[in-house]
Amino acid sequence: MWDYSDKVKEHFFQPRNVGALPGANGIGDVGSISCGDALRLSIIVDPDTDIIEDAKFQTFGCGSAIASSSALTEIIKGMKVEEALKVTNDDIADFLDGLPPEKMHCSVMGREALQAAIANFKGEEWADDHEEGALVCKCFAVDEKLIEGLVRANNLHTVQEVTNYTKAGGGCCACHEGIEEILMRVMEERGEIFDADSKPAIVEPEPLPIAATATGGMTTVQRIRRIEAVIESIRPNLRMDGGDAELVEVDGNTIYIKMIGACSSCGMASMTIGGIQQRLMEELGEFIKVVPAEKLAQPPRKVAHG
Amino acid sequence: MADIYLDNNATTQCDPKVVEAMLPFFLEQFGNPSSIHSFGAGVGRALGKARKQIQALLGAAHDSEIILTSCGTESDNTAILSALKCFPNRKEIITTTVEHPAVLALCTQLEKEGYTIHRLGVDSKGRLDLEEYKRVLTPNVAIVSVMWANNETGNLFPVEEMAEMAHAVGVQFHTDAVQAVGKVPINLKNTKIDMLSVSGHKLHAPKGIGVLYLKRGSRFRPLFRGGHQERGRRAGTENAASVVGLGKACELALEHIEYENTQVKVLRDRLEQGILSQVPNCFVTGDPNNRLPNTANIAFEYIEGEGILMLLNKAGIAASSGSACTSGSLEPSHVMRAMDIPYTAAHGTIRFSLSRYTTQVEVDRVIAAVPPIVAELRRLSPYWGEDGPVTEPEKAFAPVYG
Repeated sequence: MWDYSDKVKEHFFQPRNVGALPGANGIGDVGSISCGDALRLSIIVDPDTDIIEDAKFQTFGCGSAIASSSALTEIIKGMKVEEALKVTNDDIADFLDGLPPEKMHCSVMGREALQAAIANFKGEEWADDHEEGALVCKCFAVDEKLIEGLVRANNLHTVQEVTNYTKAGGGCCACHEGIEEILMRVMEERGEIFDADSKPAIVEPEPLPIAATATGGMTTVQRIRRIEAVIESIRPNLRMDGGDAELVEVDGNTIYIKMIGACSSCGMASMTIGGIQQRLMEELGEFIKVVPAEKLAQPPRKVAHG
Repeated sequence: MADIYLDNNATTQCDPKVVEAMLPFFLEQFGNPSSIHSFGAGVGRALGKARKQIQALLGAAHDSEIILTSCGTESDNTAILSALKCFPNRKEIITTTVEHPAVLALCTQLEKEGYTIHRLGVDSKGRLDLEEYKRVLTPNVAIVSVMWANNETGNLFPVEEMAEMAHAVGVQFHTDAVQAVGKVPINLKNTKIDMLSVSGHKLHAPKGIGVLYLKRGSRFRPLFRGGHQERGRRAGTENAASVVGLGKACELALEHIEYENTQVKVLRDRLEQGILSQVPNCFVTGDPNNRLPNTANIAFEYIEGEGILMLLNKAGIAASSGSACTSGSLEPSHVMRAMDIPYTAAHGTIRFSLSRYTTQVEVDRVIAAVPPIVAELRRLSPYWGEDGPVTEPEKAFAPVYG
């Protein structure tokens, strides 16, 4: 079974605002029956104030689809239409304390239902640019269609490039076979051959010096250098998205990292931090926790504790 | 109240007698069965006994036809890859659209490597068309691999007849029988089946042990090479404790096979009738007249399976679903799609699979629990009105990018 948050379970077991809404002046029907998730969102908007007075949902779908629908109605009730248009799928996922990567599309469906319902209220035709493929990268929730589109549009040749553009393959690396298959297919279309000998996407750092392993671990300096090296290896991906990360403090097994630029406001920040933490744990071979630098109680101390 | 386990096609509880038989092989008789000394010799004898017990359940002519493996998937992969090595000039494989991924995913990969895969389709009840089989069965085929019983619907396939047909044109026949062994009588010495896969954990033995039956005289190439274990056909030190456990499990399965086909079947039918008589808009998938005695697969229309499973789980009932969401894929079960079950029903299929441990009290609790769960989810569904589906459901709710 999925590892759902308590909030998701709560909104699934006791969904809010269920049913048809008599007198609704905005209705959005989105989703895909073949994929098993579809949602009707009905809203009543006061035409004078533009405030969403009431919202109800009917959903055919799994636990997280129902929870996302319930969360959506709770979020938008009382909002002005213009405000509601700014609600993102991450807002819905955050409201539910996160969704498993395979289930992020449920929150996307929620946002699209909202846009469709508002378009319907305004008398506009809602155009959908939705295209969803099978999930390839589970670490960063990237699907096949997205990868294929970017490989085509940007003339990509290697897994490394795909990782740089999409983050796909930048975590556990288990999806590299899938990414290579997409590359082979698209490259064949444009008359090229995928080069299996190209540089691997992630280069594991050199092993520890013998002195450090002999004494049962790393010195503080070695440890910090190792942490820096991991951040350095992730940096190109962050920069690709207009962001960056900086090591601020190391306190025992807690590592404080400051997210900079686009990363600091990105909805994926918690996922990025999770990814950095995963990499660091693999690299350091110990349990560590990565915490955003803002959580530091006082200004960063100059001395790092090993 | 203890939770109710109706997911026995996924895996089963070890029989306590199986665990008891295994225990001495961890702390006392831990030797390598290949060794000459006293630590090993006893283990070797125990493996020999287990092989006899497995042979008896399968009705194999010789105990040397039993090759011990790590699981059903290894047995399936070994069988198919062996045939491709034995017949390098044959580039075709016949299988079905409803096989387990252990066979289907391998075939998909082999297709990428240049092999032609004939996937036999099924009708709305999940039955194969033997005329279609006959058409593609030529000497260009290296191997036919067809499951004995389907894991989702429990449907039984005419593998003995299909093996005869394959034999007649000189093609090897393999069957993935992991769901059938222990539930239906099997007598391999009277068949033309060349290879058959068994998985221990489906019949109350532990996980991590399997069998590939290989008929004496059938050509074979091993997947693993190394030591002389399994007469050189599957190298690697035997998983001794689990083999002993599987032997005991096979002995017990043989004792209970009549019980499975009488008592367990009665309980399955009671469960199915109890649910069908109370819940509107639901139906049994597969072929009710030709299936495993323990499996009931019911499609609940207009709702999605994961929601049903979560609510069942909350009520202390374990089952499984063919919905897309439970697997993380975008499509519902390939078995339901192969039978052309509409999406609005395929996503709501629930498989209840019983075992010889299932009791009538448990079945009656499930019968009582299911109707309110289905009603609750239908209350949320855009396809459901006051007390039935909305008129023309597919038109009344037709979402964008549907």
